[in-house]
Amino acid sequence: METTGIHTFKRIYVWEGPVRAFHWINAFSLLALAVTGVIIANPPAIMSGAEATNRYWFGITRFVHFAAAYIFTLGMVYRLCWAFLGNKYANWRVFFPYTKKGLHNLGHVIKHDILLMNPKNSDFREIAVGHNALAAMAYSGLFILMAIQIFTGFGLYADNATWWLPKLFAWVVPMLGGDAAARLVHHIVMWLIVIFSVIHIYLVLYHDWLEGRGEVSSMFGGYKFIRKERVKKD
Amino acid sequence: MIETTEKRQTYYESIIANGFSRRDFMKFTAFMAAYLGLESSAIGQIDKALKTTPRLPIIWEHFQECTCCSESFIRTDHPIVADILLDKVSLDYTMTLMAASGHQAEAAKKATMENFKGEYILAVEGSVPMGADGNLCCIAGRSAIDQLRESAAGAKAIIAWGSCASNGCVQSARPNPTEATPIHKIIKDKPIIRVPGCPPIGEVMAGVIVHVIAFGKLPELDSQGRPKAFYAKRVHDSCYRRPYYDAGLFVESFDDENAKKGYCLYKVGCRGPMTYNACGTIKWNNGVSYPIQSGHGCIGCSEDNFWDNGPFYERLTNVPGFGIEETADKVGAIATGVVGAGVVAHAVAANIQKRKELKKRVEAGKDVEKNVERNI
Ligand code: SF4
Repeated sequence: METTGIHTFKRIYVWEGPVRAFHWINAFSLLALAVTGVIIANPPAIMSGAEATNRYWFGITRFVHFAAAYIFTLGMVYRLCWAFLGNKYANWRVFFPYTKKGLHNLGHVIKHDILLMNPKNSDFREIAVGHNALAAMAYSGLFILMAIQIFTGFGLYADNATWWLPKLFAWVVPMLGGDAAARLVHHIVMWLIVIFSVIHIYLVLYHDWLEGRGEVSSMFGGYKFIRKERVKKD
Repeated sequence: MIETTEKRQTYYESIIANGFSRRDFMKFTAFMAAYLGLESSAIGQIDKALKTTPRLPIIWEHFQECTCCSESFIRTDHPIVADILLDKVSLDYTMTLMAASGHQAEAAKKATMENFKGEYILAVEGSVPMGADGNLCCIAGRSAIDQLRESAAGAKAIIAWGSCASNGCVQSARPNPTEATPIHKIIKDKPIIRVPGCPPIGEVMAGVIVHVIAFGKLPELDSQGRPKAFYAKRVHDSCYRRPYYDAGLFVESFDDENAKKGYCLYKVGCRGPMTYNACGTIKWNNGVSYPIQSGHGCIGCSEDNFWDNGPFYERLTNVPGFGIEETADKVGAIATGVVGAGVVAHAVAANIQKRKELKKRVEAGKDVEKNVERNI
């Protein structure tokens, strides 16, 4: 552990523009999808004498859900492409930390950040620059959840669609055993993503507060800070 | 019924012989073309087919069922359907409606199977119990599965009437004690038309048969083997209450003001948005009404597993394995709450556990702050 608290830090560019753009497109479209989705599943009670002719709010809610779904899907495709084009922190390999180094880092994260132990011999070099091993695993899990949402969502949408793209997913619903089952899966996975978000937001705040390296702002500006000693040559 | 050696009459001949006029016949063809969604030029085609093709023999098997399909069929809009297609002309074997019984009936079936091998249509009403070696449903001393395999072997095509034959219906609801099985899961080597519904609409059933007769081939089917003409749209897509749905005006309970006004039944469990059927357009009882028009939500009787997708009067289905009354929303909200509480606890613990490290960092930060050259 550090002896004095004062260190020199270097600014490092971790999250490139496309990664940050994806993050926020994803975050906001997920938010829109979850809110409209919950409303669609259980619309609020409106007792009023208004005529249906002049209202369309439920139709609009569904439109927002479908429009956000397209944006969300495009965002995901875009991110998948960037996994092959971006820097090493965005590369697809990051999301499979099943190497010796990765698993070692996993142990570190679990000990330090999940179980909150203070091991004597801990090394600041273990603090990940990009995603730590556990986070990377969580994000690949999230990608699977998001893929399930895309498949079930477009599957349910397919029969209303006139375009070929959603129709490609028409097989999903019969495979799951009908609309009701597909809806249930879509709904449960939504809640899993909500739970992911709660943990994700907390851990970002945690790292920002406990490591003091600009974790939160890195998703806006793209920079993080690492100890000078970690940079090979000045 | 056993006169299978007679010269085979055409449909038209038997219709006239049964006392209908040519005018009745023309009305019938026009009806059928309309139900099938065909253009008016197709009327001539149906007319010609019924005049020239000899009647198509049909064997109609009844297994695990309640006969509601037959009941629905004989109540179709047009009397020719019941009288001619079904009762007097086409049906060589059907337990419910045939005059013959016992050995005579079985002999009639056997004769049809032999004389029209590869030509007859096999219509199946009911599911087949596979449990207890198939002995849970026996007809004429033989199990349903035996009977089905035998009559399917020589059939040109199979029509699976109703939800029982096409997806198992109520008797296959969890835990499915008799292992009730739909036809397409047993017979794999024949074209099968699935006509789900509990029961299917009579006009739809007639339409399917007329299509096979008039065009000599199966109607166009969707990916799940259902005729596209009737099952391509959801009940929701042709529901006259749909404007209320889009306007977000819903019945909250069956005795409220909104129910009186005829608002959308989505929140009291209507399955219209997930049910493929023609109820909204063809309707029931000669076009008089259909469930939603009568103030009751659709229960999705033509969908797979509709008995297990309850409760019928709630929008969200129960989560399997979470007790009876748990919806995905309840489970999800509780899980999120638990995780939220866990996160707060972790945050508190982190601040205690790492207090030394944090203190050092805060102090270091303050030290640096003291030595900043101040311009502003
Ligand atoms: S009553 Fe049912 S089918 Fe009709 S609009 Fe409402 S949800 Fe759809």
